[in-house]
Amino acid sequence: MTMPFYVAPEQMMKDRADYARKGIARGRATVALVYDEGVALVAENPSNTLRKVSEIYDRIAFAGVGKYNEFDQLRVDGVRTADLKGYQFSRDDVDARSLANRYAQLLGQIFTHELKPMEVEILVAEVGRTPADDELFHILYDGTVVDERRFSVLGGDADAIVQRAEDTWREGLTLGDALGVAVGALAGADRTLTADDLEVAVLERDNGRRCFRRLDEAEVARLLTPAAADSAGDESSGEPASG
Amino acid sequence: MSMPFFGPDDDPGANFTELLRRIGLSPMPVLPADVVSELRVPHATTCVALSYADGVVMAGDKRATAGNLISSRTMEKVLPADRYSGVAIAGAAGPAMEMVRLFQLQLEHYEKVEGASLSLEGKANQLSMMVRGNLPAAMQGLVVVPIFAGYDERRQQGRLFTYDVTGGRYEEKDLVATGSGSLHAGTVIKVGYRPGLGRDDAVDLAVKALWVAADADSATGGPDPLRGVYPTVATITATGFELVGDDELRRRFDVIAQEVRA
Repeated sequence: MTMPFYVAPEQMMKDRADYARKGIARGRATVALVYDEGVALVAENPSNTLRKVSEIYDRIAFAGVGKYNEFDQLRVDGVRTADLKGYQFSRDDVDARSLANRYAQLLGQIFTHELKPMEVEILVAEVGRTPADDELFHILYDGTVVDERRFSVLGGDADAIVQRAEDTWREGLTLGDALGVAVGALAGADRTLTADDLEVAVLERDNGRRCFRRLDEAEVARLLTPAAADSAGDESSGEPASG
Repeated sequence: MSMPFFGPDDDPGANFTELLRRIGLSPMPVLPADVVSELRVPHATTCVALSYADGVVMAGDKRATAGNLISSRTMEKVLPADRYSGVAIAGAAGPAMEMVRLFQLQLEHYEKVEGASLSLEGKANQLSMMVRGNLPAAMQGLVVVPIFAGYDERRQQGRLFTYDVTGGRYEEKDLVATGSGSLHAGTVIKVGYRPGLGRDDAVDLAVKALWVAADADSATGGPDPLRGVYPTVATITATGFELVGDDELRRRFDVIAQEVRA
């Protein structure tokens, strides 16, 4: 009679967690941060077509790091869940918190019951009617949900990036400054990131029904140039009056 | 989990109506035949669309009727489908509104899942499938006949589509009209139409068409200055779907009223 190998549950969970963490650490990080007119999502992503940041619903965005096919599956599931909920009830009933809970359930289930955990970390962001209502939910590979207020960092080397963001983030940043904070935190002291290396999208509080907007490379480059960022800010604040 | 991941074989992809079907929420159910013939459901009436230099103009009155009664004076029948297209409906108001809602959702759902918008042609075909899906209900009297118009970003021009009850899709170059007053409205546009009209002339023509339709067809509502209710008129151009304001419409209808008075 053969004896099955005994593996202690603690050991099994630890192995899975290590496996997932390793997978995630291989990828590049993403930062989401609250600024004066919404939430900015900044991903280090050299690809122009494979997205890490995307729209889920009117006021909700998604960001994922790790294995692309896995977080993209979660993204599509989020869009489906949100659209179905909005169709069955009302658009106002779709919120980030319940979506984050669903993701937590899914990831937790997969972490404990499947052969292999998902090698992803995701973020669900919602822009509120007022800055106080902005929400960031950071969900880990094992279903742990962290509710963050100011900014959230996903992916490898997160501790160092959080530390750098802690030092520069402050209340009421403009979009240009927020991008500066994100890029500084992502790059660190010995690297420089240009608009070319970034994927940037924002949830703008007053962008009509669908708040999500992608920023193209030219706009990111303009916002990252310190002197131009100020005048760009003036320009955009002047727009409603002239239009 | 109410909706697990789908396997590669049965994944509905970016199709929202298919997703509804997969999870047992099929839209537009068929009603028993004897029920519908007894029903007097609100009907929406005249809508037109015409192409002009920058894109298309869509217009529709706001009256809904149930038999000989006016059931609504403020029903919006010309609605944005997405940023660059609009849909106008005539027929049974309930199923028509549901169809528009699903259509709008479908376009947005596709855009989010795929990360790119459908082509205008693709949108027109989607609507065609929805009209065809409504055929059993149409056979029982709940007919929905939409028109679809939009700005084709690839071809950089406005395009118009009209449908029949079976989902047949027909592209027109100059104008389309649907609903009970469509004969009168369509004729007015046909007579006044010239290729490459400017915005002012195109909006005037649409407004005139609705005026004449309301004049000749009891189910079509005209301008209602007493309550400040004017038909819905919208333009769709390279900058997107844009409603023409009530002030502008009031001025244009006043001009027509002057002509009639004189």
